[in-house]
Amino acid sequence: MTAVATPAGSNLRHAPSVLKRPEHTIEIVSDSGEGAQKCGQIFGAVSAKMGNGVWTVEIIPAEIQPPPRTAEGASGNRIRFGTGPITNWGDETNLVIAFNEQVLLGRHRLGALASDAIVLVENSWASSPNPDIKNAWDKALAELSAQSYRIIEVPMEQLCLTIDENPKKGKNMFALGLLAWIYDRSLERIEEQIAYAFRKKSEEVYQRNVALMRLGVEWASANLDFRIEVPTNPPTEALVVMNGNEALGMGALASGMELCAMYPITPATSVSHYLAEVFSKFGGILHQAEDEIAAVGVAIGASYAGKVAFTITSGPGLALKTEFIGLAVMTETPLVVIDVQRGGPSTGLPTKVEQSDLLAALFAQPGDAPRVVIAPATIEECFHSVITARQIAETFRAVVIILSDANLSTGVQPFPRPQLKKEWLAPDLDLSAVKEGQRPYEWNQRMGTSERAIPGQPAGMFTVTGLSHDERSKVAYDAGVHQRSTTMRSRKLAVLQQTLRPPTIYGDSDGDILVVGWGSTKGAIEEAVDRARAEGIRASSVHLTFLSPLQPGLKEIFSRFRKVMTVEINYSDQPGDPFITEENRRRGQLAMLLRAQTLCDVDCWTRVPAEPLRPGFIHNAVRDAANKANGEAQ
Amino acid sequence: MTHCAILPLLDDDDREFGLGDYEGTVARWCPGCGDHSVLTAVEKLLVAEQLKPEQTVFVSGIGCSSRFPHYLKTYGFHGLHGRALPVATGVKLHRPDLQVFVVMGDGDCCSIGAAHWIHAIRYNIRMVALLLDNSIYGLTKKQTSPTTPQGFKTNTQPFGSFLPPLNPLSTTLGTTNVSFVAQTAEWIPAHLYATLRAAYNHPGLAFVRILQRCPMYTQSMYDEAVKKPDMIELLIHDDGIVAPELEKIYKNRSIHEPSDLDGARRLAEDSSQIRLGLFYRNENRARYDLLRKPPTVTNSERISLLNEELDHYAV
Repeated sequence: MTAVATPAGSNLRHAPSVLKRPEHTIEIVSDSGEGAQKCGQIFGAVSAKMGNGVWTVEIIPAEIQPPPRTAEGASGNRIRFGTGPITNWGDETNLVIAFNEQVLLGRHRLGALASDAIVLVENSWASSPNPDIKNAWDKALAELSAQSYRIIEVPMEQLCLTIDENPKKGKNMFALGLLAWIYDRSLERIEEQIAYAFRKKSEEVYQRNVALMRLGVEWASANLDFRIEVPTNPPTEALVVMNGNEALGMGALASGMELCAMYPITPATSVSHYLAEVFSKFGGILHQAEDEIAAVGVAIGASYAGKVAFTITSGPGLALKTEFIGLAVMTETPLVVIDVQRGGPSTGLPTKVEQSDLLAALFAQPGDAPRVVIAPATIEECFHSVITARQIAETFRAVVIILSDANLSTGVQPFPRPQLKKEWLAPDLDLSAVKEGQRPYEWNQRMGTSERAIPGQPAGMFTVTGLSHDERSKVAYDAGVHQRSTTMRSRKLAVLQQTLRPPTIYGDSDGDILVVGWGSTKGAIEEAVDRARAEGIRASSVHLTFLSPLQPGLKEIFSRFRKVMTVEINYSDQPGDPFITEENRRRGQLAMLLRAQTLCDVDCWTRVPAEPLRPGFIHNAVRDAANKANGEAQ
Repeated sequence: MTHCAILPLLDDDDREFGLGDYEGTVARWCPGCGDHSVLTAVEKLLVAEQLKPEQTVFVSGIGCSSRFPHYLKTYGFHGLHGRALPVATGVKLHRPDLQVFVVMGDGDCCSIGAAHWIHAIRYNIRMVALLLDNSIYGLTKKQTSPTTPQGFKTNTQPFGSFLPPLNPLSTTLGTTNVSFVAQTAEWIPAHLYATLRAAYNHPGLAFVRILQRCPMYTQSMYDEAVKKPDMIELLIHDDGIVAPELEKIYKNRSIHEPSDLDGARRLAEDSSQIRLGLFYRNENRARYDLLRKPPTVTNSERISLLNEELDHYAV
């Protein structure tokens, strides 16, 4: 243990030592409402702008104001940044700033901190007049000091009170100043970013926050004996930095869609917060409906009458929208549904990541209701997925579900600035007369595709119906019609599948183990594969963007590996657990799908840890699986 | 917003629409069903107002009455049970240029879709919402609906409906931002037609409850009222629903000022007699469709706006 209690105001006699690191992971944790997230966001954005690869995740409790000073109430940000690109949240935290010892204890007990982590903790609690608080501090510090962390006490509150009388407001900017000094961030850029963060507040608020930040810088330079250098690599191309939900919202703007109907649900809602600010400027309407069902109904009504519309939701909302999604499939009304997944079932884990909606997205529907399901794997793909989804929905008169998740929704990552294209945008409505005799569902008998007429087009009048119907949209009274129309709706997926490319293999195209993933786990999986390969394990991975229809060539790719294993953030039974046999084992959702579609013996390694998967854990799983595969082979 | 090459050639000056321009396939409702007379009155309205068939959309839910759009030659959306109003809301928000009619049954509107009903009243988007209320679930074969009279025997409540029926007029009139509430009856075509015209011309959500009999299950429900016109009180006013041809038969009349919301609520609550007419109208209520109308933006403008947006996020 190395507890360094630095008295306020002391001055270092020597220049600080500089530790050079290719990457570092930091956390700022506080009670809710103390602004730790703002500190993290600003630090992340500035680091990206200075040329570090960055991945930011939010640490969010489920409540708005959980009781203060509790281990489970920790709120804040975790930022992993490095000299090269950073594709995921990494493993353990190297440096943490905590506004009280209880939230710090919470992070410690979750195993979030590296064994040699540097810990900067607010120390006003040590001298609290409240004996309960003082005792809690002493106990926590005893537990933490038994670890090998380097603990540094910081009189944040005492100093901040000289600028802001509210002790709850100010520490975040002070902490930002600490980080700015430790990591040698450009103060000019920090101030720019503070100005942006408080753009809706007064000049006085901005000035106070800058003063607090500068106070942090001063204290750090006077009291810390180390700095950490994570070399920056100024970007060679234009980059933008944003979180996944902002990227989804901007993708919607770039797709030219004009109506989004939603009902508030975590962690999807912030897409609508973003759109609420800007959408009307783009000629769009963000409609907050009375419930999840109405939200998808409004989107379907709008799509039916014009440009493709979309709805945003999370698992519980997806469940409520089920019947309407079936209607959109049946009426071939194009629709984009964005599901930002969280832990389930039921209310589950509203703020935590999970990939448990895959099978619901594919199959949750009575009757045969084929729809397209795609999953962005990065923040950049969040942006592009909406454009693609709109185009597919329109071309195929189909429902397209985009599966994002809580990891992407609040994850912040720089990516190449999109070069906007006119083709991405929905074209203007064509209200010219429908050609003589055109039927409402004039299915191309090979492809199942058809042109849709929209209200306003003369000669195209017809009634869409959720009842089984023929080409003329007339209610089907004989079984032959139902067989044919069901075939046509299904055929569209096969046609789409024929236009897709096989997934790219990350690593060698053959080997001992192939990891298959989808969605936000891509960065962590590829990092784990890199580490495994560095140890000599013949591992590769593929990451699927299309889940319905599945991309072609999977069976052939699988055949080149001794073992194929999905890695997913959803539940599967662990082999060897009580009662679990090969026969009754419930497998990961993608694994089930791949086994059914390819007849390959696809294994899975899945967890529901209420946090993103760590590359280190995936690496261990890959090593174990590779050893086992080789053992079996010998 | 819209590109349209051919419409100017087909301007309303050149086209005159007759009944045949609105008739869809032959209605498959039971003989004697009130839905037939509603369909006739609606077709008459379409002719009278010369609505362009391609600019007119009928949205319905599920139930006997929700087959309505199939029997018209306009655009139609026959959707889900209880969910006609959200679909209609979407149509109208995205395409305010369209004329939208919503057709719902009593189970549709007052039971499974009740949440949408309340909120549609509050949104007050310009469209006509028709509640075809025959007090029973017909298509699924005689189950209790929210408006089934207390004590009425059905297949789900064979010893008689347990609760007093929900009053759709009171519910609607009790909802914030209500702007038009009228009641009419399927067996009085002149009143039905006059009511539909008033509803169509209302700038906001016009809610019309149409009292109906189901020839299979509630045939005798309004027997007395049909036979004895005096049992029906017509709410009249120069500014209300005007049907002079009814004066001779319907002598039980009472003057009600349509802007009087308290009076409307009292009349709606009082179940001593059946009242037909305009209960309430207010043309000055907030209209969500007007409040939410976005500016017209071209795709080139969108690209430059989005580039500005991306500048905020530039590294």
